[in-house]
Amino acid sequence: MNIARIKRKKRLFIIFLAFLALSISGFLILNASRDSLIYFYSPSEILEKQGLQEKIIRIGGLVEENSVSYKNSTRIEFNVTDGNKKILVTYIGILPDLFREGQGVICEGKLNALGTFEANRILAKHDENYMPPEVAEKLKKSGKWKGE
Amino acid sequence: MAGIFNFLASPSRFRRLSERLYPYTIFLMVLFLILGLWYGIYSSPPDYQQGETVRIMYVHVPAAWMAMMIYFSMTLMSIFSLVWRHPLADLLAKESAPIGAMFTLIALVTGSIWGKPTWGTWWVWDARLTSVLILFFIYLGHVALIKLFDDEEKGSKAAAILTIIGAINLPIIKFSVDWWNTLHQPASVMRLDGPSIHIDMMIPLIFMAFAFLFYYLSFLFINTQAELYKRRVKKIYLQNLMRKEK
Repeated sequence: MNIARIKRKKRLFIIFLAFLALSISGFLILNASRDSLIYFYSPSEILEKQGLQEKIIRIGGLVEENSVSYKNSTRIEFNVTDGNKKILVTYIGILPDLFREGQGVICEGKLNALGTFEANRILAKHDENYMPPEVAEKLKKSGKWKGE
Repeated sequence: MAGIFNFLASPSRFRRLSERLYPYTIFLMVLFLILGLWYGIYSSPPDYQQGETVRIMYVHVPAAWMAMMIYFSMTLMSIFSLVWRHPLADLLAKESAPIGAMFTLIALVTGSIWGKPTWGTWWVWDARLTSVLILFFIYLGHVALIKLFDDEEKGSKAAAILTIIGAINLPIIKFSVDWWNTLHQPASVMRLDGPSIHIDMMIPLIFMAFAFLFYYLSFLFINTQAELYKRRVKKIYLQNLMRKEK
């Protein structure tokens, strides 16, 4: 083996080692700061966690079927569910176009003392399924509709 | 294998090869762009939920793919440059960075335009959006870092190290939507259980992805040629200067 080749191997090894060390430290940092990296909590996580009252947080889940009720023209109440637990959300304001029952939603606001979530911002979550309307109709009719 | 590698690593040989190839890559880019735009705008259906807004995806998703693909190839080039000291690897990484930055910016802007009607917001600081913004800044850092050094070789070395460190961001971007709750939806095309996107929407998406890929190749070839010619002119100029002084 000539010297150039040994040097090349050494450089490759250093890069490999440095990248490995970086990946491990990156993984540890990201793992430790999970709480600030997740954009929203699910209703189950909210009910498990303590001390969230009066802090601005976000919850995400599906708008429960048949739970949306309008108290007056702009005040709305609905349940957000993750299929396991649910939380009552109240909101005053304009809703995004995609908001409807069975649709994913993210609410930003505070949990009050009664356990109701007072939202001051609502975002609609879009899922990863893309299809033409006719196909969606057919799927619903044939009973092959997944989710929602 | 090493033979092919050494063959391509010669800058002048690469220049001659790319000069022959780039008319074809430009032709393919235009062809796929026409097909992709035609399918994307006229001949594909609206989405059952988003309606016509879905058409933004045909620019947004391929641009985001390219942003990551270019960064990945820059990482490989940086490893070649640091380990094997190939001058061409540095050059290709240098010419790739601005194109990658442009695709990242396109992905960010079109995503924002899509987000407003769909989510109800232009921007959120969730893991996916933030990590792509970081990718954009790394690209800009790469461009700036090379310019910062008077000696381009030193600048390229620093930029190569930056690229390899920044490569850790790639899996974070890709899997952010699975690891953390994000507003951004999970992958529709590149997923293990097959795409969750209708074939009529997949076709324009793939066409646009090829159009962007050939855009990248075309401009990588052209810009690298220009840079190689620039260096040659500089060398001849310096040689003449030295001859005069003698």
